[in-house]
Formats: sequence, structure tokens, C-alpha cells
Amino acid sequence: MSPSGLTDLYREVVLDHFRNPRGRGTLPTPPAVRADGYNPYCGDEVAVYLETGEDGAVRLAWEGVGCSISQASASMMARGVAGKTPAEAAELMQRFREMLQVHEGRLDDKADDAGPETLDRETQKELGDLMALEGVVKLPVRLKCALLPWTTLAEAFNHLG
Amino acid sequence: MTLDAATVKKDFPLLTARGELVYLDSASSSQKPRAVLDAMTDYYESTHANVHRGVYAMAEEATSRFEGARAKMARFLGAAKASEIVFTKNVTEAINLVAHSWARSELREGDVIVLSEMEHHANLVPWLMLANERGVKLRYLPVDEEGRLDLADLDQTVDGARLVAVSGMSNVLGTINPIRRIADAAHAAGALVLVDAAQLVPHVAVDVADLDCDFLGFTGHKMCGPTGIGGLWAREELLERMPPFMGGGEMIRDVRLDGFTTNDPPWRFEAGTPPIAEAIGLGAAVDYLEGLGMEAVREHEKALTTYALRVLAERHGDRLKVFGPTEIDDRGGAISFAFGEVHPHDVSQILDDQGICVRAGHHCAKPLMKRLGVNATSRASLYVYNDESDVDALSAALDKVTGFFG
Repeated sequence: MSPSGLTDLYREVVLDHFRNPRGRGTLPTPPAVRADGYNPYCGDEVAVYLETGEDGAVRLAWEGVGCSISQASASMMARGVAGKTPAEAAELMQRFREMLQVHEGRLDDKADDAGPETLDRETQKELGDLMALEGVVKLPVRLKCALLPWTTLAEAFNHLG
Repeated sequence: MTLDAATVKKDFPLLTARGELVYLDSASSSQKPRAVLDAMTDYYESTHANVHRGVYAMAEEATSRFEGARAKMARFLGAAKASEIVFTKNVTEAINLVAHSWARSELREGDVIVLSEMEHHANLVPWLMLANERGVKLRYLPVDEEGRLDLADLDQTVDGARLVAVSGMSNVLGTINPIRRIADAAHAAGALVLVDAAQLVPHVAVDVADLDCDFLGFTGHKMCGPTGIGGLWAREELLERMPPFMGGGEMIRDVRLDGFTTNDPPWRFEAGTPPIAEAIGLGAAVDYLEGLGMEAVREHEKALTTYALRVLAERHGDRLKVFGPTEIDDRGGAISFAFGEVHPHDVSQILDDQGICVRAGHHCAKPLMKRLGVNATSRASLYVYNDESDVDALSAALDKVTGFFG
């Protein structure tokens, strides 16, 4: 990676979420469900607490230890998902995976070699800060870091039923 | 005899070709000298045939080179006989061989195996599997604050045990464990001793008689040899009694449709066509290390590790915390560290950007990570081709980590 590659990976937005994580904490279980995610390659851990209010909106908290990428991704996820319906949250998750070029049916979580796909403006707006994580696309190991909170969120949605 | 790392480095084509690269991950896997690569290529280009089968001259030559590698390895470890060396694909398979063959035929429910908190997964999981399957009990030697085994209660811990299985040198902390002392206590209690020597054999002259162990596992790719080859040394009378591990060709004496009889050790444990070129490469690695002299290798690494610990402490102060013993006689060149609050993944990423290869993660030793109170560490590990310039490059590159993460 070139020096510009490093700045591309560690963008200011990413470092800001890492230094000032949003949505960090816990929710009482029950009524919330808890899912735990581990990255067997590096030992990173994320726990996601999830519940839906009477209005159908998602409430989410998370805690974890890990690298700047996994922690920033969790923080951005918490901000992106909070207040959305489960369907909208699933939609955001899908958009995020598309940005990282993780496609359904591929089990290895690896990005394609083709380089970042061009996302339409609406998708970019929807992703917001999460767009800043696109630097991990070229780094298969770090891609797992970025995805860890999201695979844990998916697990939490499964628990919610 | 002293070792000149700059000269040694010229023996390693990858390091020569990538002159800018600072390779500090030899505890994961070492680079290979040209002599090893040449030995493997020469075998394939001049002599390849299956071993222990053909009667034609070339097949005999292949068998002779393969068995010659076994003899070299045996001599390197101070084994009494070449037939005490069983080739496996790595140390993991060597330990699994003991767990499947010796332990499953000898141990009963309630029997005790003693391990330590600093083991990597290869010397934990085979025994955890056995505990689940057979009801064997596991006890652990604790690790103290300095990253050494706490042997205060050694005699009580090994009392009544059937096997004590410990690492010769920690892949995380670099700690060299007092195997002879542990072996004496274990034998006094009637237990056998297995040494996971994956990290020890590449860096320290090993003599199985001096260690007084009963089993010793090693791997080729950390000692200048190729991947896919390693082995188990065990005392002859133990191997004689052990049942086969895997079934197939080579490990049999006779096969009928209603049964079979097994071959003698070590071939009893080497079912199927073995990794012939890899074994020959390992033999060449032994020649290479003997050429350098294992005493010189150890002295070089002691001097360089001392330099590294000093330089890193001087430049980075309290920000850099090294895990493991500081006393140089008690440790090898694997230096695990925390760098401020920066996650090892991020440290490694920024070092990689400056051409420096270090390992980041839990080093396949999650229980030890828990004991150290961390999820992961960064680890720089030194070998024969590293010199002070590599350490200086690492130390300088860490400044950039500070630059990014404050």
C-alpha cells in the first residue's frame, strides 16, 4: 500500500468514529437480544444488543474490542441502523455489503478484484459515513474487520426472530 | 564462531530480491536459503521416484536421499537412531499423532495430562479433544507476570499425571522453558514428557538426551526448511509399542482381505507417499543451520534481541510494552508487544506500509492472550538473516503509528 493508501484506509471519518464511538453500551436482555461475533484471525470481539420498540424502530447498542476498522464500523453501524425499521436496517446492511463488494452466494467474504463499483448518489447518501470504509475493499484481512459488527447484527436479527 | 547476518541474508533469494523488505515474522515461518530450494529442485530434476517401492536405481537413490534427510534430522536433535524420527507435515500433526496413537491406546478416563497456559492451539486442542472423548483430565502450569512458567507447584501439578506436554519456547513471549527441570519432576511422578519444539529447534541447539524428554515435535518451515514437513522424535521403545495413526500404504507389513499387520517404526506412522522433496529440503536446512552453527545462531539472536529490547525501550518508552522475560538467557527472539492503545492490526498495517512484516493477532494462543489481559499483540520475531538495521527500521516505523493514532 502506498502512503496515500494508508490515508485512504484511515480516513478522518473512520478515525473519528474509532476515537468517539457512537452507540457503545448495552441494553438489558431481555427484552433486547444479544449476539456475539468473533474474528478467529485476530481475536476481535463484538457484542450487539438489539430490540425493536412499539413503533417498530430498532434500538441498538454494542460493545467490543478490536482494531480501528472494526470499532469504527460498529460505531457507524449503530448510527446508521438506529431508528430504522428492521427492513430498512437489512437494506442498509445490503448496501454496505455491496459497497464492499461482498456478494450473496460467495461464502468467503472476499472482495472481487475488479475495484470499487460505482454506487449511485442515492446509495452513497444512504451509506453516509459508512462510505469512508471503502478503503478496506483491497485488503481482504481488514474486510473481515469491517464486516464483523454487521455479521453480528445479522445474527442478532435472527435471535429477534 | 560468529554469524554475520548481512552475509547470511545473501543466502536467501527472497530477501535479496526484495531488498527493501524487513522480514520480522520468522516465528510464523522463516524464509528459505538457496541451498534448500536447490536441494528440492535438484531432487525433482534428477532423482524423483516414489520411495521404498521401486527396485530400479533411481528409486533407490530417491529412497536414499529421503532416508538420508531423516538421519540428518536425527543427528541434529541428538537422537539415538534415525528410526526415532517420524516425518509428519508439521508440529500439529506430530502432536496429534501422539494424542491419537499413544494417548488413545494408553490413557483411561480420569488419567491426567499436564499442559501450560502458554501453549499454542496445536498443543491444546488435541488434548481438549481427548478430554472430551475419553474423560482425560487436564491440568495447567500457570504463567507468571514476567511470562515464565510458574513452577512453584510443579511437583503437585505433575503428581499422578501420565503426560506433561509443554512448549520448549513460547511463540508469543519467546520464553525458553526449563524442560529438563520439568522432565525430572514429570519422570519422578511417572509421567512422560512431550516437548512442542516448533520454536525451539530453529533457534537453540537441541539434544533430546539432555532435555530428557520422551516425545519432541518440530516443524520444518520455521527452521529454513519448506512447508509441509515436520516430525516427531520419540524414544524407540515408545514408538515400538504405539499403534498406527493413519492407515494406508507404507505403514503395513502385510495386507489381506481380512486384516493387516503393521510395519516397523517410523514407517508405521507414515501412511501413503510422503512429502519426499520436502523431507530432502528439510535435510538441506539442517545442513545449512549446522553450517552456521547452532551456538552461533543462538548468540546472534541473543545479541540482536538484547539490542531490540534496548532500542525499542529507548525510543518508545512506556508507550511500548513488551510481554515476556527481559532476561536474555530465558528468551528467544520473538518479541510480542503492545503499542499504546493502538490495536495490533493497525500497528501491523502501518508497518506493512513501510515494508515491515510483523505478525498481529492472537498467535494461535488465545488462553495465553487472556492471561496477558489482551485480545491480540503485535509480534516482531528475529532470525539468522536479521540485523540491527531491521530493528532500527521497525523502531523508526513505529513513529508513524504514533503519527496516525496519536
